[in-house]
Amino acid sequence: MKTMLAIISNALCRITGRSAVSGSTLVRRFRTDPVHKCDVHRLEAGPPVRAELTREQGLQYYRTMQTVRRMELKADQLYKQKIIRGFCHLYDGQEACAAGIEAAINPSDHLITAYRAHGYTFTRGVSVREILAELTGRRGGVAKGKGGSMHMYAPHFYGGNGIVGAQVPLGAGIALACQYQGNNQICVTLYGDGAANQGQLFESFNMAALWKLPCVFICENNKYGMGTSVERASASADYYKRGDFIPGLRVDGMDVLCVREAAKFAADHCRAGKGPIIMELQTYRYHGHSMSDPGVSYRTREEIQEVRSKSDPISLLKERLLSNNMASVEELKEMDIQIRKEVEEAAQFATSDPEPPLEELCNHIFSNDPPLEVRGTNPWSKLKSIS
Amino acid sequence: MAASLRCFLRSGKRAVLVAVRRGIHSSSPAAVQVTVRDALNQAMDEELERDERVFLLGEEVAQYDGAYKVSRGLWKKYGDKRIIDTPISEMGFTGIAVGAAMAGLRPICEFMTFNFSMQAIDQVINSAAKTYYMSAGLQAVPIVFRGPNGSSAGVAAQHSQCFAAWYAHCPGLKVVSPWNSEDARGLLKAAIRDDNPVVFLENELMYGVPFEVSDESLSKDFTIPIGKAKVERQGSHITLVSHSRFVGHCLDAAAVLAKEGVDCEVINLRTIRPLDVECIEGSVMKTNHLVTVEGGWPQFGVGAEICARIMEGPAFNFLDAPVTRVTGVDIPMPYAKILEENSIPQVKDIIFSVKKTLNV
Repeated sequence: MKTMLAIISNALCRITGRSAVSGSTLVRRFRTDPVHKCDVHRLEAGPPVRAELTREQGLQYYRTMQTVRRMELKADQLYKQKIIRGFCHLYDGQEACAAGIEAAINPSDHLITAYRAHGYTFTRGVSVREILAELTGRRGGVAKGKGGSMHMYAPHFYGGNGIVGAQVPLGAGIALACQYQGNNQICVTLYGDGAANQGQLFESFNMAALWKLPCVFICENNKYGMGTSVERASASADYYKRGDFIPGLRVDGMDVLCVREAAKFAADHCRAGKGPIIMELQTYRYHGHSMSDPGVSYRTREEIQEVRSKSDPISLLKERLLSNNMASVEELKEMDIQIRKEVEEAAQFATSDPEPPLEELCNHIFSNDPPLEVRGTNPWSKLKSIS
Repeated sequence: MAASLRCFLRSGKRAVLVAVRRGIHSSSPAAVQVTVRDALNQAMDEELERDERVFLLGEEVAQYDGAYKVSRGLWKKYGDKRIIDTPISEMGFTGIAVGAAMAGLRPICEFMTFNFSMQAIDQVINSAAKTYYMSAGLQAVPIVFRGPNGSSAGVAAQHSQCFAAWYAHCPGLKVVSPWNSEDARGLLKAAIRDDNPVVFLENELMYGVPFEVSDESLSKDFTIPIGKAKVERQGSHITLVSHSRFVGHCLDAAAVLAKEGVDCEVINLRTIRPLDVECIEGSVMKTNHLVTVEGGWPQFGVGAEICARIMEGPAFNFLDAPVTRVTGVDIPMPYAKILEENSIPQVKDIIFSVKKTLNV
């Protein structure tokens, strides 16, 4: 009798996606959840309105977003302590974009973004340690301390670019290389609502469409280009339509599943040889444009608070997981504690690691070249540069 | 005789290769005449054949055979994938070329003239030149930016600027400026094989000029090292340093001056950055006099840099007179022929400057 019940129970579990866990807590293994429908431009259909989510995926996305969140808040702290200097553009609030996109593409695909890049640097495989150490300008940083916040790189991740909009033609060029090499890879090319008005974007759109480059152009619309709202900057704020002859999707950028489904849809479009596609992710940044911008002169604290309470991407995912019984409050809390610890250790490293040695000042001017002499600040200062 | 010579020159590469394969040797080492245009064309052809990652993009490079016919025949041979016509979008296609270089290809990005590169200069400097340094060696950018630079004939102010000084100012770039066909061939092959961003400054007026080239230079692996100048004419009284078209002017001036007993050493820089200061210094330590000659504007230019470098090095104490710079006139290029001619250094200006420097 007991065995019979067990067999029936197991069969029912497999059908409904529930799995028995220790004790009396039942936790779902997977679920198909509704996501917001995307607005489409020049497309007959958009991405599916239901997204599959397994428990593993849910926990992974949560971990990714929470890590980025804690990393950015730690960077805020370090900046205020003057341990990080110069430019620091923080990504908190926008985590679902980076996490969702990475979940939709392969590690062998390519990605390039602008200066608000710490989130993508992490999702593309650089450790929190190496990111924070780069921000603090130490030799253990991913670019040995020579790049800083806006210039971090990894395999198939091309930064981190400081000039607004310049990364978009670069991304189209990476897509051209994918097409040229016939490797079925795509390039995800990100830009903001501010950069959306750069002329070089439209030049890139034209060539990408003309040559059917496998490029997913993604506009992270966080409603403000520095201190200028989209209404004050763009004659048309329908960024997903700005590619004109290029099909587009407007996506809820605060929902990691929505982002993932849309990015998958877009990637498939490119891989099928249909040419480029544009995605507009509607998202929000909690911080100002950079650490030197308090972010409240051009928007209200109420607006920021409203987004935090109603649309925070981590909270949204947490609610999904909890309400669908895919994770428990305790295990998420445990994960939070773990992540905080990791970030704290990374920050420890980033503050204690030494600065790069002066002997390396002039290195990395040229690739694959014999050593050369570089003039220092005065004629008697002859410095050495090796590749 | 004339007809067969014309035919020979027109058939270009095929004829040259045939001559080499048949083992036709003359008693002099330099038996073959090749125009600068054909030298560039052959260099690109050979590099495209050698490495499938190499490709050419720019306006009119494919079906038009190149605005100045430098890429003639390449599209027919290699097709749409390797020879790409772009729309008139310098900033866009330059960025695309740089991105392609970052992702593993080896693009040759042609500017119809370097004047148009100003629209794309951010991509050349900020995306290409600086990236290897900013990434501490993680991201190389193997790309060549090439096209005609400097003054042409009758194209007026917006189409006549020399960009040697602008690009040579920036660390992370190599800047090359060939004069004759052998320079063009060897330096372009070296530039394409270089793993770094190279700005390759050609000269429109030189494209059609034929030069004798050595048999050795016709080898498929012939390259000229970037960063090394060449002494084109040995001399003992005074050193003339120049680049691109004005090397020819210096040699013409030297020929005239020789008849008057003034013996000029003429140095062809070949590379602007890195500058071969040792070559110049070695010459100045011999001749004690230096004149620089360039087509670009005087202020903050190539000659200005040479002056500063000479002062900072051992050659300063060997100078018997201050360095003289012969440059383009410090004005936007005018259109009228008489005005244009008087806006750039002429042979008589070089002769005059040499005599003033030598106080003869």
